[in-house]
Amino acid sequence: MVAFRTAETRPILGRGPSPGLRFFFFALLALGLMWLDQRQGYLDGVRHALSMVTYPFQLLVNSPGAAWDWLEESFTTRERLSRENEQLKARLSEADLKLMRFADLEQENLRLRGMRAATARIGERVMVAEILEVDLNPYRHRVIINKGTRDGVFKGQAVLDATGVFGQITNAGVFTSEAILITDAEHAIPVQVNRNGLRSLAVGTGDLSRMSLPFLPTNADIKVGDLLVSSGLGGVFPAGYPVATVTKADKMAAQTLANIVAQPAATLDRDREVLLIWLTQRPVTEVAPESPAAASPAVKQP
Amino acid sequence: MSGDQLNRLPMVLSVVVGLTLSILPLPRWLDIARPDFVVIVVLYWSIMVPRAGGIMLAFACGLALDASKGVVLGQHALALSLATYVAIKLHLRIRIFPVWHQALTVFWLLVLYQFVLFWIDGATGHPITNYARWLPAFIGAALWPVFAGLLGNAYQRT
Repeated sequence: MVAFRTAETRPILGRGPSPGLRFFFFALLALGLMWLDQRQGYLDGVRHALSMVTYPFQLLVNSPGAAWDWLEESFTTRERLSRENEQLKARLSEADLKLMRFADLEQENLRLRGMRAATARIGERVMVAEILEVDLNPYRHRVIINKGTRDGVFKGQAVLDATGVFGQITNAGVFTSEAILITDAEHAIPVQVNRNGLRSLAVGTGDLSRMSLPFLPTNADIKVGDLLVSSGLGGVFPAGYPVATVTKADKMAAQTLANIVAQPAATLDRDREVLLIWLTQRPVTEVAPESPAAASPAVKQP
Repeated sequence: MSGDQLNRLPMVLSVVVGLTLSILPLPRWLDIARPDFVVIVVLYWSIMVPRAGGIMLAFACGLALDASKGVVLGQHALALSLATYVAIKLHLRIRIFPVWHQALTVFWLLVLYQFVLFWIDGATGHPITNYARWLPAFIGAALWPVFAGLLGNAYQRT
């Protein structure tokens, strides 16, 4: 039984515009949308609405993985849990020990900063987010996470994982957001060599295990094994988090720029959970009360 | 178009399944070869029942793809509208082709679709110049008989 009308039974009048006209209209609409989105950035509201439409799809696709995780969690044996518990306790006491030293160092740092009349330090708030198992584009390093503007996520927010810098938010929807990884070929992050403070940019290569530093001269003081940390320039990423470790430093005397390759510190391909970070500038008035003139924001923290 | 006694349910369901398949997590080697499920579904319905969905369906599906893949809004919408327009123009001919001939025609429609995506990728400053990006067109055309069979089943129920 075919309910679609055939050409004979279909009325000739009232068919609506021809396909050519329809295509012309929708093509113009699409071009207009692209122009507004790309050049003007007006369409955040439309994007929000559309992301709510696609949210159920993403949840649906993510659900088998989520269900498996849940099953695995509910059927873990007592023995395994207690073993894990012991391991975690050991790690916690180790971390506590480090934290004691860290508190001491932080105090000292604040005192020194106060003496230098530096104006602000970074306060941070973090939130754990989960990566949805959704494939976007095989040639780009983007992920969808399960937190959105409802949780205070914003465009340009820094994303970390337990071992280093992960990426930043490119698009904040209501329930979910899209993040770009630091290894995406279109991403660059300001970094600093931890050993000597040398600053540069680390650019993604499109390969999850490689980043490159294309803007360092051959006489730059950088060698294999150097840790690169975020420098905090640009104001997107907080300063001092590990970004990558240098794995190759080719310095050919004939060339002006060195060929430097680094491996990301974050476990980009294995993460299920990431940390979202909020930075707040806080004046250090509680440590440097002696000269109010020097506490004015004349010297910005590098 | 409204007022027809069209049963659009199979069409809508197949589009929803296509959208879900297009973001299903796959291992990387399969991800590269993933056929454009949504495009094939829309092309099928445009060839068989051009008045049921047509270019408006293509545009809506394209926007859904744009939103779920996080690219510039309108990219997939334009590419899919163009491929669908050509399919609707030729639908009376494509319908009577033998299935391998249909697959060849669909191959060129898929290439056209990919080309528009490729072009807009370049124009918006995110070019992907990997040859593997044309692979989904080959895979999609090769699987056309399978899709046509499955969707033909759904078409019988309309």
